[in-house]
Amino acid sequence: MTTASFLTRAEPLVRRGIRPALWLLVLLPAVVLIAQLLLDQLGAEPIEKLEKGSGEWALRLLAASLAVTPLMRLTGWGWLVAQRKFLGLAAFFWAFAHLSVYIVLDWFFDWNEIIKDILEHLYITVGMLAFVLMIPLALTSTKGAIRKIGGVRWNQLHRLVYVSAIAACVHFWWGVKKDVEEPIIYGAIVASLLAFRLFWKRGPATPR
Amino acid sequence: MLIRRPDDIKSSEITPESVYLNRRAFVGTAGALALGSVLTPDALRALSATGQSQDDKLTSEEDATSYNNYYEFGTSKDDPKEQSKDFQPMPWTVNVDGLVKTPRPFSFDELVGKLPVQDRTYRHRCVEAWSMVIPWQGVMLKDIIARCEPLPGAKFLEMTTLYDPKRMPGQKRAALPWPYKEALRLDEAMNPLTLFATGMYGKPLPNQNGAPLRLVVPWKYGFKGVKAIVKLRFTDKMPNTTWNDAVPSEYGFFANVNPSVDHPRWSQAKERRIGQFLKINTLPFNGYAAQVASMYTGMDLRRYY
Repeated sequence: MTTASFLTRAEPLVRRGIRPALWLLVLLPAVVLIAQLLLDQLGAEPIEKLEKGSGEWALRLLAASLAVTPLMRLTGWGWLVAQRKFLGLAAFFWAFAHLSVYIVLDWFFDWNEIIKDILEHLYITVGMLAFVLMIPLALTSTKGAIRKIGGVRWNQLHRLVYVSAIAACVHFWWGVKKDVEEPIIYGAIVASLLAFRLFWKRGPATPR
Repeated sequence: MLIRRPDDIKSSEITPESVYLNRRAFVGTAGALALGSVLTPDALRALSATGQSQDDKLTSEEDATSYNNYYEFGTSKDDPKEQSKDFQPMPWTVNVDGLVKTPRPFSFDELVGKLPVQDRTYRHRCVEAWSMVIPWQGVMLKDIIARCEPLPGAKFLEMTTLYDPKRMPGQKRAALPWPYKEALRLDEAMNPLTLFATGMYGKPLPNQNGAPLRLVVPWKYGFKGVKAIVKLRFTDKMPNTTWNDAVPSEYGFFANVNPSVDHPRWSQAKERRIGQFLKINTLPFNGYAAQVASMYTGMDLRRYY
């Protein structure tokens, strides 16, 4: 079976199943974390687990949203673009959860300490940058916003996600004490997804 | 002016409840406790200055034995308990080396046996800004040093963790430069607070907490507390230490708990006491300033972090 005929056969199945699968991917970790919290299964420092868990899911989903465009190019499945938006918004909500855990559970609204932390500690600064850059992207994710801004400018604006993803990886990397194995894995995935875009620009142009 | 004395602190705050309720036993251990675990006037001053009372309730044994930094058994907090469960600490030998009368191996019993057992409840402050309150059992390091018979030229004591990747699976990865080494100035090592712990919560030291023998220096960040010690080396030069070697800008040789000197990446002003929700203020020398601050008189603690 050729790749092309495999793709043709698989397309309707994937198209039908992908949205429920993505909802599961986005919500299941939240259900698991909350259940673990309620059942006291998060160990001696539950706040740290929630903080790390929410941050990692934000980064995973951000990387997943970056993987959609390359996947579209490879498969030619234009309808995947809707999944890109879904994953981008999901990443934003997980990032919001991550920030909320930090503000509410970790520091309990101790704004003095929070502001000092953001200004004085570079890995927190970079993490805030990653989040703040996602705000305009989330706000302009509606069809109406795209029409209003115009496709070209909207595309330009949404390249901010590259900066946000890099900032998120740096935030993770600088935040760990010593063992950088995980941040290196995430960094490598995000770097290759971005490298794919650079490479593809020089390659043959394909219709969007 | 309100002058507070150390006995203003209820003994229940610093003594295991069982000991505190049992007066006869309490009298027996009072001497040991008075040496080490009574809150100091400095600590009291720090407390009244911040207007925050520090509730030194014992950390639950479950938390203290399941939330551990011990990279020899994995770099996650919950790794050591799981990955150390097959570790057999005994028989154990400690090599005593360097500037001593006779460098030679000591069996665990030769080194530790028959020394007076100390019950010490200490605050434990990790450099990552969390803390616990742990009831240790052990012996004073100064008693062990006496058995090693150091020569007059000895100025520092270096302590080394076992290196055996077959028994310590975390050592198969170079998460840190193995073996783990820590060191103290000899006066720090001789301080009556400094303990070689052999037990906690009235039980033999669990593997994940550094069995069979670990250092406890309550006024320093937790990473100074080298675990599973197999070597003591007396020397006249300041030894290299593992975290200082790995990231010199972040982890110093002295590593005294100091709320006014931040870690380059995070604040050291506050800490989360494990089991409590709101962060509490960190105290200079972790609240043991009265017993230890005089060792650092005239030293720039910002430079020698």
